[in-house]
Amino acid sequence: MKQKLLTAIAATMMAASPALADLVIVDTSYRTGPYAANGIPFSDGYQDYFTLLNERDGGIGGEAVRVVECETGYNTEKGVECYEATKGEGALVYQPLSTGITYQLIPKATADGIPLHTMGYGRTSAKNGEVFKYVFNYPANYWDGASLAITHLVEQNGGSLDGKKVALVYHNSAYGKEPIRTLEVLAEKHGYELMLLPVDHPGQEQKSQWLQVRQQRPDYVLMWGWGVMNQVAVQEAVNIRFPMENFIGIWWSGSENDVKPAGDGANGYKALTFHNVGSDYPIYADLAKYVVDAGKAAGAGDQVGSVLYNRGMYAAMLAAEAIKTAQEMHGVSDITSQQMRDGMENLEITEAKMAGLGLPNFGPEFKVSCQNHGGNGFGAVKQWDASAGEWSLITEYYQSDQDVITPLVKEDSAAFAAENNIEAGC
Amino acid sequence: MPETLVFAMEVFLNGLMAGVLYALVALGFVLIYKASGIFNYAQGVMALFSAMTLVGIMNGQVPFAHLINATFGTDLHYFGWNVPALLAILLTVVVMIGLAWAVNQIIFRHLVNQEPIILFMATIGLAYFLEGFGDIMWGADIKKLDVGLPQGINEAIDEATFQIFDYGFFIDNLDIVATIIAAALVFALIVFAQYSKQGRAMRAVADDHQAALSVGISLNFIWVMVWSLAGFVALVAGIMWGTKSGVQFSLSLIALKALPVLMLGGFTSIPGAIVGGLIIGVGEKLFEFCFGIGQCFGGFINLGGATELWFAYVLALIFLVFRPQGLFGEKIIERV
Repeated sequence: MKQKLLTAIAATMMAASPALADLVIVDTSYRTGPYAANGIPFSDGYQDYFTLLNERDGGIGGEAVRVVECETGYNTEKGVECYEATKGEGALVYQPLSTGITYQLIPKATADGIPLHTMGYGRTSAKNGEVFKYVFNYPANYWDGASLAITHLVEQNGGSLDGKKVALVYHNSAYGKEPIRTLEVLAEKHGYELMLLPVDHPGQEQKSQWLQVRQQRPDYVLMWGWGVMNQVAVQEAVNIRFPMENFIGIWWSGSENDVKPAGDGANGYKALTFHNVGSDYPIYADLAKYVVDAGKAAGAGDQVGSVLYNRGMYAAMLAAEAIKTAQEMHGVSDITSQQMRDGMENLEITEAKMAGLGLPNFGPEFKVSCQNHGGNGFGAVKQWDASAGEWSLITEYYQSDQDVITPLVKEDSAAFAAENNIEAGC
Repeated sequence: MPETLVFAMEVFLNGLMAGVLYALVALGFVLIYKASGIFNYAQGVMALFSAMTLVGIMNGQVPFAHLINATFGTDLHYFGWNVPALLAILLTVVVMIGLAWAVNQIIFRHLVNQEPIILFMATIGLAYFLEGFGDIMWGADIKKLDVGLPQGINEAIDEATFQIFDYGFFIDNLDIVATIIAAALVFALIVFAQYSKQGRAMRAVADDHQAALSVGISLNFIWVMVWSLAGFVALVAGIMWGTKSGVQFSLSLIALKALPVLMLGGFTSIPGAIVGGLIIGVGEKLFEFCFGIGQCFGGFINLGGATELWFAYVLALIFLVFRPQGLFGEKIIERV
């Protein structure tokens, strides 16, 4: 009897186990906790894109994609636990979606030979592929973001920021401090005065910072915030009547969640982005047909077309294209994580490719190489229209100041290589 | 008048206003601790849950919609009506009373005479449960809360101070409303505790559970009443903070702001929560202004900002050195 029972349990477990030949993608999501409102749309977009590929195309190169979701709660310890618990499934790539988790995973993933894609977050100098062989942060990083914001302001001021005052309201963490060095170097180049205003986690109370803005009267305010910090900052800016068109957030401070609580007052607020907005793209018809209407959406299907849904979908698209590249390079459909790394390192995103995927003009063109894991640093500025309740791009994609950023990346990555005895090279 | 002094005055006034908001959160802790000796770790989550419930009722949101839709394949989200703010607040109060009853029936009724640490741990469990329950019931998205409270700069103060100092002070209308509501709340709570039959029973329970039971006071009733009051205070705090930032998970973290207030004001004093809040609010704001960003004494000390969070605790600890029970707390004397 006991033997029969054990056999039955074993048979049930085997029947419930997924097929082993799938392409495994781990989605380290956060649908709970303080940042759930942002984690849900990203995860929905990330998973829905792979579901679309499975349902419409039968996977990638004939191989089905199996998404393994692991809840991190945006907690670094849980993120590392997720990595350890899922890497044995044959994960091809991790998108940690947290700078804290990224920092913890860089040495682990490098040792395990599994690539990380930290899209627009994480360690900026990971752009140097000669040092960070398994870390990719294309299409843009925080230093690109700092430069893109300043370039936008320079253009608005006829080519010079001489005598201007620029304040940075930032989350007082490794993430928030990332742009400071770049902004300091850019201040020397463009002649503006930089004013730093750190905000402690979680950022629910920012009266001191915005009284400073009111008293010191900076011409522009940049923001590196996340979660509730964004909503409070936008509301406080509205309260002190700071001109919203002079307030620019990084791409993590530019979702609908960040502006809607402030209502009409948030009209004109700007944010940087490395992908387009809205749902006016051919791919959304396919997403509706094969995923949402078919009842296969990862979430409630109510996030489609939002900023963070689009970002998650874009991240999945980049992962899928890297898989295709790896399959072509190695001539196999069931690739390994090492081969995935090769695919990511040889990824090229062109306008023709994006149009073919149903995402014309959705993101900048870029090419990854062994030396450059971060793309070409292109981004754009978008602006919030409160009455229409939507973002719209107000600039073309333009490049960050590579003359400033390239030396900074080299310097920081060289320091990391020296600290960790890494021999740089391709 | 020197510009720095004028700015410091503006910071001082805003510190007072911020202190009132901290005190609103601290009040909920005090009520429960005073009546039952329980440090309610779930107070911040109660503020979140009450605010989520209020927005959900106002917007006519179907509770547990995601769960229902996922289980039955339906597409329910909203009932299609909007409830006026005042009625929605009343209905939320009813929900919070129901929650208080459930908390007492399911958890604390079974933990009478347990060690304080056991009761504290039970509130930790309650906090995690409510976090998840609130998410399942109302969703995790950020919700705009508008019960008609004014927000933004107060024009009258701006103009009046501009006439005097040639610089208009910024005082948020919402902070002024919060101050008025907090004052009324504290007054009502003090009157209730001192002069009503139930209030006196609550104080008797706080003094000695067994003695109160022996004279016929229902411990269950008093605990449900106190948790209901704490739920009401949590709702008020949730409305004020939720109006500022939208109703979202982070509302539960406002409890962090209440801890130094409680340490300073004492865990058992309602006026202590207010005075503690004001001292912490003003102290942290002025310290940030003077030494955090180096605006005083020619920038002699400039710590680079973001000092408020830790300075609030340092300030509370300094007070504790001289009054371990807090400014208004009851002195506990235990004889061998």
